[in-house]
Amino acid sequence: MSATVERGVNALREQVDAPVASFFSSCVSCGLCADACIFFQETQDPQYTPIRKVELLRRVWENEYTLFGRVKNMVGLGNRITEEDFTEMEQLVYDSCTMCGRCTMVCPVGNDITMMIRKMREGMSAAGHAPVELIGAAKRHTTGNSPMGDLSKAIEAQVKHAIADTGIEIAFDKPGVDYLVILSAQEIAEYPEVIGAMAQIFDKAGVTWTIASEAFEATNVGVQIGNRDVAKYLVTRVVEAAEKLKVKKVISPECGHAYQALRWEGPNLIGREYGFEVVHIIELLDQLRAEGKLKTSGKDSDKITFHDPCQINRRGGINKEPRRLLNMVAENFVETEDAGTMNWCCSAGGGVGANERAGHLKDAAFQLKKRQFEKVAPDKIVTMCAFCHHTLENALEDNDMDIEVAGLTEMMAEYLEDED
Amino acid sequence: MNNPNFDLLMFARGPLFDIALLVFVAGVLIRVVEILILGRKKDFSKAKGQPVQQGIKTIFTRTFPRPGAIKANPITIVGGYVFHIGFFIAFLLFVPHIALIEELTGLSWPGVGRVVIEGATVLAVIAGLALLYTRWKDPVRRKLTTWVDYLVLILSLLPLITGYVAVNKLFGDPTFMMALHVLSVDILMIVFPFTKLMHAFTFAMARYYNGSIQGRKGAES
Repeated sequence: MSATVERGVNALREQVDAPVASFFSSCVSCGLCADACIFFQETQDPQYTPIRKVELLRRVWENEYTLFGRVKNMVGLGNRITEEDFTEMEQLVYDSCTMCGRCTMVCPVGNDITMMIRKMREGMSAAGHAPVELIGAAKRHTTGNSPMGDLSKAIEAQVKHAIADTGIEIAFDKPGVDYLVILSAQEIAEYPEVIGAMAQIFDKAGVTWTIASEAFEATNVGVQIGNRDVAKYLVTRVVEAAEKLKVKKVISPECGHAYQALRWEGPNLIGREYGFEVVHIIELLDQLRAEGKLKTSGKDSDKITFHDPCQINRRGGINKEPRRLLNMVAENFVETEDAGTMNWCCSAGGGVGANERAGHLKDAAFQLKKRQFEKVAPDKIVTMCAFCHHTLENALEDNDMDIEVAGLTEMMAEYLEDED
Repeated sequence: MNNPNFDLLMFARGPLFDIALLVFVAGVLIRVVEILILGRKKDFSKAKGQPVQQGIKTIFTRTFPRPGAIKANPITIVGGYVFHIGFFIAFLLFVPHIALIEELTGLSWPGVGRVVIEGATVLAVIAGLALLYTRWKDPVRRKLTTWVDYLVLILSLLPLITGYVAVNKLFGDPTFMMALHVLSVDILMIVFPFTKLMHAFTFAMARYYNGSIQGRKGAES
């Protein structure tokens, strides 16, 4: 066994726990997960059946964690993992999976296949089989301050713009405030309007907040590539900044995987509870609404539909909040088919968008979204993840569809009541 | 009296049955313990929902498919239901089976009439054959299926078929057919712990974990 294969197998071995063992013991190869997968749906290629994508994890479990498998191994009948196996799995584990979580919802025996993909990626990256673009992003982020490169000048400039636009003071590194705002690189680079939007909403609501110059970026390529060390390192930055500034809560931005990384994986990556709470921006806006601190006036008369980001709704539990908010400002809100918990992925989450090799699969997968949007024929699609926003915007343009895409926070700010 | 069929029956329900039962019980226990001792790491994230309650709930709710699923996979889902329900009616509600279980465990419950048992058996066999068919014909299932999967499905049908033939004295020597019936059960019990038949026990664990992972986040399962 070569050194890299051994590293990969070791990483997979570390991922086996009771849930994994119960999942593989229970799979009866019924194939129902295939229909839940956007890549299978749009290609009808059986290789994209979700459970097949975690085959190497299954083999490590069988070979090393079952009595029967160990006996088979001893007499030379074990199914050893080779370099070729890793190579073959690469495009299944990274290119044709956005970790959207639909398969996890339909498995009749209850297998959390998506969680096992996350685990598979630990083995893949350890064996040197992660996509180059994700490796590049990880290098940029760990040595700098964002997966897109140095954004420190950009954030300063965007904050200045927001101050100029809104006339509201935004302070960096202000200790003792209630909230720490962190942003996704996509927002800083492409949708900076969200900064002004938050400033206006928080100003009205009396929420005190700051941005940390040491940790202003929330994305975490570590959870996409499948590297716990990278993921831990990036989470630690935010945790240290938040604890240094003694904020009560950290606001996870409109970004799907950032919410997973910070809210759910983070404490386990650093091995302890946080000294603060993590709240998603949309959860917070809904809370302000409930407290009567977020009031709007007027409504958008466009036909509006909502795209649920997988990591925030299906795998994050934030489902009703955006709908309550959207109903405050949308006169004509129409849901697409399967909206809510079973919504289909934008087609490029989980690192697929950055992975050039997966381009054709991403384009194929978007066709499902396209058909759903065509049925509703909205003027505008609202979402709560900057990367979904970016993906949808580009894919709509590629498919000659003239539909505007907007972030929910911005939209709420646009209709903020201004009677004072 | 020297009746080889009778001897075979006595062997199948005597020493072989005891061995099969031992392999079954010990094997299942080992497999379940093997899973549980792996444990899982403490989750430090602050729960939003109720992981334990949702885990338990999911054990039951996952029995029902999501809307639209039956339309997409009618044979697998409808066939799956009919096979499982039919199998368990024939296994657990047939009066002679209940008598055997009472002998082994002291537990007993009322059975149902022959018509119900035979109807359930026939439907379960038809459903099982349909499941075999879709495994063979459907490209997704065919690619996932190993020879052990086919074997296990066939082995699960044999007790139903042989039992039906023996009870109704359809053909062959009734004693011999009964011996075959008990033999098929012995074999099923012996292969059980080594195959995906284990799902009959581990599905509850898998569903629990799924529900508890999602439940912690306040997400649906």
